[in-house]
Amino acid sequence: MKNKTTIGKNKLSLQTGGVEGNMDAYTHVRGESVYLDDIPIVNGTLYAAAFDSPVAHGKIKYLDTAEAEKMEGVIRIFTAKDIPGENQIGGIIPDEELLAGTHVHFCGMPVALVIAVSEEKARAALKKIEINIEPLPIITDPREAKEKGELIIKPRTFLLGDLDTAWQQCEHIFEGVASSGGQEHLYIETQGAYAIPQENGTIRIYSSTQGPTAVQRTTARVLNIPMNKVEVDTTRLGGGFGGKEDQATCWAVLCALATYHLKKPVKYSLHRMEDMRMTGKRHPYTSDFRIGLNKELKIIAYEATFYQDAGAAADLSPAVMERTLFHCTNSYYVPNVKATAYSCRTNVPPNTAFRGFGGPQGMFVIEAAIAKAAEALGIPASDIQQRNLLQTGDEFPYGQKAESEANECWSKANQLYRIKELQKEVEAFNAKNKWHKKGIALMPVCFGISFTKTLMNQARSLVHVYTDGSVGISTGAVEMGQGVNTKIVQVAAKIFSIDPAKVKINTTNTYRIANTSPTAASAAADLNGKATEIACQAILNRLKQVASDELSAGSGGKLPVETIEIKNELVYENGHVTGLHWKKLVMETYTRRISLSEHAHYTPPGIHFDAGKEKGHPFAYHVYGTSIITVTIDCLRGIYEIDSVKVVHDFGNSMNPMIDLGQCEGGIVQGIGWMTMEELIYDQEGKLKTNALSTYKVPDIYSVPKEISVHFLDTKKSNLAIFNSKAVGEPPLMYGIGAYFALRNAVKAFNPEASIPLDAPMTPEKVLMSLYPVSVPANL
Amino acid sequence: MIHFILNEEEISTSIPPGMVLLDFIRYHRHLLGTKIGCREGDCGACTVLVGKLLDGELHYESMTCCLMPIGNAQGKHIVTIEGINPAPGVVNGLNPVQQAVVNAGATQCGFCTPGFVMSLAGFCLSNKEATKENAIAAVDGNICRCTGYKSIERAAEKIAELMKTRKDEAPVKFVSEQNILPAYFSSVKSKLLSLTNDQFLTSLAGRPVPDSHPDSYRDPIVVGGGTDLYVQKHDDMTHADTRFLFDDPALKGITKEGNKCVMGPSVTVTDLKNSAIINEAFPEFQQYAKLVSSTPIRNMATIAGNFINASPIGDFTVFFLALNAQLVLSDGKSKRELPLRKLYKGYKQLDKRPGEYIERVWFELPGKNTFFHFEKVSKRTHLDIASVNSAISLSMNGDVIAHAGISAGGVGPIPLYLQKTSAFLRRRTISEEIIKDAIEMAQTEISPISDARGSKEYKRLLLGQLIKAHFIHLNHPGGE
Repeated sequence: MKNKTTIGKNKLSLQTGGVEGNMDAYTHVRGESVYLDDIPIVNGTLYAAAFDSPVAHGKIKYLDTAEAEKMEGVIRIFTAKDIPGENQIGGIIPDEELLAGTHVHFCGMPVALVIAVSEEKARAALKKIEINIEPLPIITDPREAKEKGELIIKPRTFLLGDLDTAWQQCEHIFEGVASSGGQEHLYIETQGAYAIPQENGTIRIYSSTQGPTAVQRTTARVLNIPMNKVEVDTTRLGGGFGGKEDQATCWAVLCALATYHLKKPVKYSLHRMEDMRMTGKRHPYTSDFRIGLNKELKIIAYEATFYQDAGAAADLSPAVMERTLFHCTNSYYVPNVKATAYSCRTNVPPNTAFRGFGGPQGMFVIEAAIAKAAEALGIPASDIQQRNLLQTGDEFPYGQKAESEANECWSKANQLYRIKELQKEVEAFNAKNKWHKKGIALMPVCFGISFTKTLMNQARSLVHVYTDGSVGISTGAVEMGQGVNTKIVQVAAKIFSIDPAKVKINTTNTYRIANTSPTAASAAADLNGKATEIACQAILNRLKQVASDELSAGSGGKLPVETIEIKNELVYENGHVTGLHWKKLVMETYTRRISLSEHAHYTPPGIHFDAGKEKGHPFAYHVYGTSIITVTIDCLRGIYEIDSVKVVHDFGNSMNPMIDLGQCEGGIVQGIGWMTMEELIYDQEGKLKTNALSTYKVPDIYSVPKEISVHFLDTKKSNLAIFNSKAVGEPPLMYGIGAYFALRNAVKAFNPEASIPLDAPMTPEKVLMSLYPVSVPANL
Repeated sequence: MIHFILNEEEISTSIPPGMVLLDFIRYHRHLLGTKIGCREGDCGACTVLVGKLLDGELHYESMTCCLMPIGNAQGKHIVTIEGINPAPGVVNGLNPVQQAVVNAGATQCGFCTPGFVMSLAGFCLSNKEATKENAIAAVDGNICRCTGYKSIERAAEKIAELMKTRKDEAPVKFVSEQNILPAYFSSVKSKLLSLTNDQFLTSLAGRPVPDSHPDSYRDPIVVGGGTDLYVQKHDDMTHADTRFLFDDPALKGITKEGNKCVMGPSVTVTDLKNSAIINEAFPEFQQYAKLVSSTPIRNMATIAGNFINASPIGDFTVFFLALNAQLVLSDGKSKRELPLRKLYKGYKQLDKRPGEYIERVWFELPGKNTFFHFEKVSKRTHLDIASVNSAISLSMNGDVIAHAGISAGGVGPIPLYLQKTSAFLRRRTISEEIIKDAIEMAQTEISPISDARGSKEYKRLLLGQLIKAHFIHLNHPGGE
């Protein structure tokens, strides 16, 4: 096994602020990091458990909680009628009840909330609740939903060029259907919340959420209390991946509801099967495509229609659908495009954000179209991919012009990994081996960074310098393993030029930082990091002013502030070390009654989008990269291994290569999981069959690629990222899409006649069924 | 009362022995480094180390404490992450295992991290050869959803290097002397010895005894390793009437009696893996076992548990069906012998009377002319339940099959012995035609259903492929 990592020649110490890796690692490995279920319990705490609908769609005829209420230890059972405010948790569209009132819309929809003196007693009471539901028709297929007019929002269409004319000029036109499955987040820490009453009707909620403000806003709405009476506090998450952006809210509000009535602390930490059954996942999509190429294999026309399985309520589906449209042409320039998306209402739990946020689903379709074209033309898909990579100045279907690194990444990958040679090696292997076949595929990626809802691109940071020289920072960012807290420490350590050990990041708390955007869209480090940079800079300027005054005192004249510099905690004047140092300067500043605190606001310049015209400049910048994936299938058993993933990725100028490499490798493997073994199965009744870790399989250590090589693209271009260190959370996930096409190619090597539906994930079942399309086993 | 050592502390508790150790650790002892991820042994976030005296020597194994009843902790040393943190004052506060994880950047959200660290510490405490592969194998039961496995591999490699200097020293001695784990580990053995000398240790064990009032008699729940029971009946177990067989010395052991291999019902998969008798009889046993669950589960799961839980897909049930294993059932008074092939009467229906438990398992060791092979395919190759599994045992007389036993799981309501297919193969000479016919014959004996593990069409195709794989393997052992 090889593990090669090459890091471009960055000026490490300057760029990293003296920090390598994730600063949380210390408490992680000692088991001392605090997650929701680790918060010390307050005396008198009660425990909640949700009673959820066993039926996917229907009218509640009666709900009988009397028996359950009589159980020992049960305090109370709440239903929709106990909600003092609006029974509404829908963020974008108000279409989702906290507790089902008259109708249920999916299996797992909360209907009642049991509160008991222990978790065990709360769960025992669930079994005594009786419900009778008059069934209504169940839809589990998004195309059926669209036919029946069950749409979450009106469809949207992105247009570029003149598609009708373009079709006339095509040498080759291919069309087909491509589908990608959902994906369970499977954050190892399940959803949970803990609400504690405070004086004057205030409630403090500890929530395992990516969006503390969403929890605060929704709690206020449901309880009919002002937002200033809801304090939401988040230390860190044991994984989020988008699953706790919107869907952490429900559990927090349920606890708050009970606390509101009972004036007692109430905690709910979901069991795994509750979590899997009751929460939404990555959206499954099924799509129609039509692709047209000219003689030079340039894609000159592309049309796609996306049917998004939104589940039973909007949740974040409209925004996810929008990002599908933004990324419908992936890393390619296509001059004539029509992309239409439908957000279809079905009777499964509302689907939600998941790393990539609809982008991967959009990219999968154009990659499927290219694969179909390549298979028909008898050429490697890479021949088409390469010819169509975005150049700087090319226009995306939404009007923004590319600042492209697509060709740079591809060429570097070719130079490092020698694409044609790898393809030949695969062919040679396949010629020699009967029962094992290899497949290879390339996957270029282009991913836009910013919330596509422009107004969400704002952040605030509150920086305090204490009189002992230590620094405390609060922002709206939530730490969930992506290392955003470490990156914010780096920002402060760099700006102040102090030991990073002096900087502490506080919990994310709605009382300290208000009106936050969720930690999502890969943008938390950029937005909150830049706000921190501004805050630190403001304090630094005041410190320098004080230093200048202080140093001027003995020198007769006034020293210009520009001559003052702080380096490694020492104060320099015109490059000469002075008697002042960080701690002394801080104390002096305090003594002079000058503020050592700053609350700063940041919003990235230049971004806008007109949803009426579907044109604008929605992204601060794009992240690019190229990956080459090689797989080997066992043609006897239909199982497979991922041999290697070789990547050139555009990190900009990484401020923390270890964290960024972890994000990249982790994203790749999570993407491969989505494309290979992670299969969500709902039955006709809308019940989730893969509702536990024993039936829903995510990658383990043996299913990861034997080799992952990540090369950091050496680039000098500046961008709007924090210190030019580009966002890295989501983009690498999409390299995993290549695994699907590599597997397809391997199957074709064994059975060239195989007609394989463009339908991910490529499970061992699908591989075997494609190798042997007739159910009678083939000859030896 | 249950007595054991938790990290450095001696514990005596009267909490129900059926409660899982995880809840005791987190909610009674407030040791919060042990995490809850799934409560079904599938994620490893709650991995602890369990030290046990065997022939006077202290051995540690990793276990997922979400499935481990506290009754099975009796007389043992339970180690959580808090128990391997260096004592205050140790430079930088990390042991070399933890340091390797930090240096490799092998932690992201951190929730799974204590479990990984415990598994890697378990590797250091094991007698395994210090290779990267063995260190990685130690975390085969740990799921990292940030999927940072490549960095975890890099950490494992460093930890393997750390252990290379151990040579023949006892692992416990080595790791405490080298400050890999805290010094108190060196005194655990004597503490456990004094604990196990007390007679109370046997009070929880003991096989079920029929009640003197047969009318009011209710079959107590017999607990082996708990790996299936606690998944299926978690909520009922805490207050259930339980009997713990896991550590009953009379129910352990793998011995050879003439041509027979005799096993106690509480033999774990790890015991099988470590048995010279088994490895000699099945040269590829290590590869088979690697396909079965994970290290911590293999450390807990017993063969009798595998048989009695009656899963249609039990790996070792299918394995031993092909070998025509025999069971000795006892109700404490009388015994009877029953072929494993006759145990299953229908889905989860057993030929087992109330009060009966498996006292012995034996099978005829394959002779030198016997070919045995086990195949398993699941959605995820490791740490997964099979879509279909199959085992074959062929006694050859030259080119002719003298006797055949072929089994299949996942293709019917019970683990199947393919009687007709086995009979068909008898006295045949292996040829492509015969294999094809055998596959067709097997199709008539199975009735797979579509579920989360695959469609029925897939399972039919897959069983055929696995039968084919058996024969290809017979001709080309070790490679296809």
